Amino acid sequence: MTFKLPDLPYDTNALEPHIDTRTMAIHHGKHHQAYVNNLNAALEGHPELQDKTAIELVTDLDAVPESIRTAVRNNGGGHVNHSLFWTVMGPKAGGSPSGSLADDIDSAFGSLEAFKGEFSTAAKTVFGSGWAWLCVGPDGKLLVTKTPNQDNPISTGEGIPILGLDVWEHAYYLEYQNRRPDYIEAWWNVVDWNRVEGYYTAVKAGGKVMDVADWASAQWQKFGEILGKLTD
Amino acid sequence: MAFELPPLPYADDALEPHISAETLAYHYGKHHRAYVDNLNKLTAGTEWADKTLEDIIREADGAIFNNGAQVWNHSFYWKCLSPAGGGEPTGEVATRIISFFGSIADFRANFTAAAVSQFGSGWAWLVSAPSGQMSIATTSNAGNPLRDDQKPLLTCDVWEHAYYIDYRNARPKYLEHFWDLVNWDFVANNL
Repeated sequence: MTFKLPDLPYDTNALEPHIDTRTMAIHHGKHHQAYVNNLNAALEGHPELQDKTAIELVTDLDAVPESIRTAVRNNGGGHVNHSLFWTVMGPKAGGSPSGSLADDIDSAFGSLEAFKGEFSTAAKTVFGSGWAWLCVGPDGKLLVTKTPNQDNPISTGEGIPILGLDVWEHAYYLEYQNRRPDYIEAWWNVVDWNRVEGYYTAVKAGGKVMDVADWASAQWQKFGEILGKLTD
Repeated sequence: MAFELPPLPYADDALEPHISAETLAYHYGKHHRAYVDNLNKLTAGTEWADKTLEDIIREADGAIFNNGAQVWNHSFYWKCLSPAGGGEPTGEVATRIISFFGSIADFRANFTAAAVSQFGSGWAWLVSAPSGQMSIATTSNAGNPLRDDQKPLLTCDVWEHAYYIDYRNARPKYLEHFWDLVNWDFVANNL
């Protein structure tokens, strides 16, 4: 398939004052668009990959020909990561999770505050460009991890991400410059916990963790539905 | 002895319009300084405190390597730039670049392509091997060619913090302006 830049599920100014309009416009319109363009360019001439979603490509990079594997890892990862990122933020968000996610965060990390501390530390200590993640691990437990550049934890099987924070400098430099910790602190105010709970429920469907391959195609559809519905 | 932030070799508005005073104020005054401060904190009371930055680049790992190499990389980067820079190299530098890359224009195009395509944070370098062989290298994050026994001759910082205030996502545009600042006399001294 030819991948398309999804619309933002809210206006570029919707996350003010925590994430500024200019950053959102460039981050979505330039950076994310470039990942989409570069992914499409890498896949040209590979009809055997046409039926795969971006998450499927990133989930099984070994299935991608070596000549384009790095390009797919970087740009497919960039497309997947940003698509997830836009959906886990929103205006009038922040606060606390509820339901089974809240309970399971308490049991995995001790408390919501302890989880936020661990996640924020992961985000602060990414050296260079990368992401911090809340994932469901293969054993069904919640875990915090970080990846460099546009790598995604599904590629190594470390976990299925349900929340991600972009700490590339382009995500915060215009507003926060070198003060990444301030950006992280502000970001908690725009986390859309309803969405994260939705992803968590989907991953744990039927009381067990979804197989990554099944999850990959379902999840891609879900991003699409969420992005589409909210921008109608 | 503690590691020190070396003085910027020019005023922070000296590289305008190619690199703004605002960028230099953050890049030198915040980022470079933070690497120095972190390195001092990490090495205080350890065997690394009395080592040179070059030793740290060759031997350390993890946070000490990251901060030590970034101190060195930035000090070197500032010297690679000059308000009186730009133009074409001359003399021995030009002769050797032409012999390894075909022409100055080819070298510039290859270096630019390497810098633009370095994915994520990192550096582009012109280096020479112990044999004298010149080549272009890229390193990610704090990486430094000394670790691979290559001598740095010229570098360009492609962390987003080096250009985001002035050029946003347009890294190629930053590279165009970088060439207007290259201090070829410094490159010649590194041969």
